[in-house]
Amino acid sequence: MRTELRLGFFLLLTPLVLWLSLLIIIPHIDMFLVSLRERIGVGKYQLSLANYLTFLEEPLYLWTFLRTALMSIMATLITLVIAFPVSFYIAKMVKGRLQAVLFLLCLVPFWVSELVRTFGWMILLRETGVISNFLQWAGLVSGPVEMLYNDVAIMIGLVYTSMLFMVVPLVTTLESLDDAVIEAGYDLGGSGPSILREIIIPHAMPGIVSGSIVVFMLSLGNYLTPRILGGKDSLWFTELIYSQFIVRFNWELGAAFGFMLLILSSVIVWGMLRLTGQTLEKTMG
Amino acid sequence: MIPTIPQPRAVRLAYNAYIVLFFLYLALPLAVVAVFAFNDSQFPSLPWEGFTWDWFFGTERPKIGVFHERPILRSIGTSAFIAVVVSLLSVAVGTSNAFLFNRFQFRFRGFLYVLMLLPLVVPGIVLGISILVFSSRLANGLEDGTGLELEMLRPGIVLIILGQFSFITTIATLVISARLQRFDITLEEAAMNLGAGRITAVATITLPYLGPALIGAFVVAFLMSFENFNTTLMLVGSDAPLTITMFDRLKEGSTPLLNAVSLLLMLVSSLLALVMIMVQRK
Amino acid sequence: MPVPPFDFEVVFAMVPDLECRELTKRFGDNLAVGNVSFQVPPGSFFSILGPSGCGKTTIMRMIAGFLAPTSGDILIKGNTVLNVAPNKRPVNMVFQHLALFPMMNIADNIGYGLRRQGMPKAEIKRRVAEVLERIGLPDVAMRRVDELSGGQKQRIAIARCMVLEPDVLLLDEPLGALDLKLREHMKIELKALQADFDTTFVYITHDQSEALVMSDQIAVMNDGRFEQIGTARELYYRPESAFVAGFVGDANRWSGRVERLNGVEVELLSDSGMRIKGSGHGRNLAKGDPAVIYVRPEAIELARTKADLSNPDTMISGRVSSVLFNGADSRILVRADDGGVEIEVALPQTGDCSDMRQGDEVHLGWNANQGNCFQGGGD
Repeated sequence: MRTELRLGFFLLLTPLVLWLSLLIIIPHIDMFLVSLRERIGVGKYQLSLANYLTFLEEPLYLWTFLRTALMSIMATLITLVIAFPVSFYIAKMVKGRLQAVLFLLCLVPFWVSELVRTFGWMILLRETGVISNFLQWAGLVSGPVEMLYNDVAIMIGLVYTSMLFMVVPLVTTLESLDDAVIEAGYDLGGSGPSILREIIIPHAMPGIVSGSIVVFMLSLGNYLTPRILGGKDSLWFTELIYSQFIVRFNWELGAAFGFMLLILSSVIVWGMLRLTGQTLEKTMG
Repeated sequence: MIPTIPQPRAVRLAYNAYIVLFFLYLALPLAVVAVFAFNDSQFPSLPWEGFTWDWFFGTERPKIGVFHERPILRSIGTSAFIAVVVSLLSVAVGTSNAFLFNRFQFRFRGFLYVLMLLPLVVPGIVLGISILVFSSRLANGLEDGTGLELEMLRPGIVLIILGQFSFITTIATLVISARLQRFDITLEEAAMNLGAGRITAVATITLPYLGPALIGAFVVAFLMSFENFNTTLMLVGSDAPLTITMFDRLKEGSTPLLNAVSLLLMLVSSLLALVMIMVQRK
Repeated sequence: MPVPPFDFEVVFAMVPDLECRELTKRFGDNLAVGNVSFQVPPGSFFSILGPSGCGKTTIMRMIAGFLAPTSGDILIKGNTVLNVAPNKRPVNMVFQHLALFPMMNIADNIGYGLRRQGMPKAEIKRRVAEVLERIGLPDVAMRRVDELSGGQKQRIAIARCMVLEPDVLLLDEPLGALDLKLREHMKIELKALQADFDTTFVYITHDQSEALVMSDQIAVMNDGRFEQIGTARELYYRPESAFVAGFVGDANRWSGRVERLNGVEVELLSDSGMRIKGSGHGRNLAKGDPAVIYVRPEAIELARTKADLSNPDTMISGRVSSVLFNGADSRILVRADDGGVEIEVALPQTGDCSDMRQGDEVHLGWNANQGNCFQGGGD
């Protein structure tokens, strides 16, 4: 019995270890090693921090990096603010069939590819698009308006694309809040804002954190939305990585960029977890 | 705030209006994509030139429909193949992981669990380039050392499958774990008490119980793989899956053909999701 | 609540703390509460007792302000509160599952209402410490909710309301989730807390022993209506309706037709052909009416021989069909020689009946005034 159990244990452990080591850990270490190389001749490399120095010395790179981080944080906040009332409505204001239907309606757009969603916004926002035509028809503007290729368009796309990943964890945590707890808050003299602050938000914290982490990650690592809605020069960090790898074939610098992106996302996720006293197991598992 | 708390009428109305607006916002982009698939025009934009099925069934230039457009059909096939392989692999490994974390207490269990979650918080494009870098260097090393040319380590379908598998497995693990956690272990003990061996007990009692989660994980994995863009972008070779093909076309300027493909995607994925919901209900 | 400068009624406690007038609540076509009126005098313990689904929770939620009555009025200290929002009503509620705030520690839970009143921090701290002292848990202030035992949580939930000094405290089956031993203990403790805080408690429960042990007044509720309001003793010994007789305490029940009337004394010919005597206690009964008689197990005299009985009005002979030993609360079931339902009889653990065995011959009897007779009972 004991040896059988041990055998089972190792049989189950093997795929996990192979997966994590071969596809996650070793490739990342390797990427880090590549980022530390400097090309000094044909096929000759030396260990150096040159790639990271390039990153720090070139204002465009640094600026794009910071801009991507800030806009991702902003997209996360906007998504949270838009999603919270909706999630509360689905979790607490409606019951039964209507609740299930509304929740499902929230999910539907995300069963289709991000490409389709972004394409939809493109049709809406471009110069010859639906909104521009509508505004002209309504007499609000005199000529076609180009609403693509700016930061607002990127933001709309990011928020739209991330919405589901905020709504689902929020609905789940808010649903687990007993109505009686909210009623008790009122019964003891609380008002809407104070109950929101002291009861609902603290309770929803794990959902807020996990939703925010996922939305932030998705925005930071997004390539499609900034590229299509923001245009070729939308200055998104993933585009720099792509161009180093695929266009310029400078893998060393590309790997350094990739590593910086990884560091940035890890630091912000870690900071978010620390700030709210949550752990990755609790919010993701 | 909640229905049992009396609220002024204006507040309630405003709240309801907000919800309606929100769902409009959700529906709008998909609705326009769907509508313009039927526009009898070269561009998916106004003005409306009349209704047509050409973007689905057309056979002549410039209006070749989806069902006669070779490159698109080919990339749908590629995407489907990748998605099936990724789903099978990640459900298999996910099931194994779920049993490992649910049934065994061991050193480094907590550490491995966090490690297992990590692919969720690594940006997809970084996953893609790390696998690209590693596999290319491996291939180069092999070539220089042994003269062996391993085509599968170069960008292409195999790398796309590995890249997608690397993070979809985490999701499959979480979906399956969630159901396994609710499983009453005494059922398995009862089976063994009635004469089943441990493996038979798992196979006859636990796995059937996990059925809905396995199907659910498969569908989720399939959809995620089919839709994946970021990781795939870095690993794509000559056989591009659908999202990449569509992206390339979108960059060149779109025709309603893309709307038609998108509409088909919406229909198929909604159908899949519905199947999944039906299965989970049981 | 604005109180007039000198109001005789308030000063001499002539105004009830809580009054409901013809309170009615409909959900669609469904009548949840129909025309319920009652008054709760200051400082008393008032219970509403009824089976689940009888509408007692609906009454409670209307008083707390979470439901609006369809018609009728709710007054607290003489003033209507119908237009007062739940967070402004001078009533507080202990919820069924307590609804302690899991995201706060104990001190913050208790201080919650005080913070809402904008009380200074130091004062809140003092009050919280004081009330914790009072409920005998001075050291738990910094603990988390889930670190406390069931009984402790109970006391915290009450303390959280009592720091606000409400006019009325509502309790919604708060003991339901506790195990039996703790429940017995909490009954005594709740009663003591009520006396200590000297506040009006309105308590709803489906557990008759909770209501009987703790309450000054009990309203028995069935199907949206009050069947009877009275003290525990009144409900037990002088039930005014068949429902109360059957619901409060255990009782043997015979249905049949009125055979003979002699003042308040009623003789019933039961459906199984037994002649049973009981008392109508002034209820309107006529010969030939369908009727039921309820007799409490402990009101039945028990003897091994007929001669040992003290010559009661109704006498039945039979055999013991089973012995249900339960210490001081032991019973036997007797199958009467002339048929009919099994009769449940209290088995005293002293005297020569204490060693009664299955199959033994027994003789039972009771006097007419021990049996409560009601009209109807065709059900």
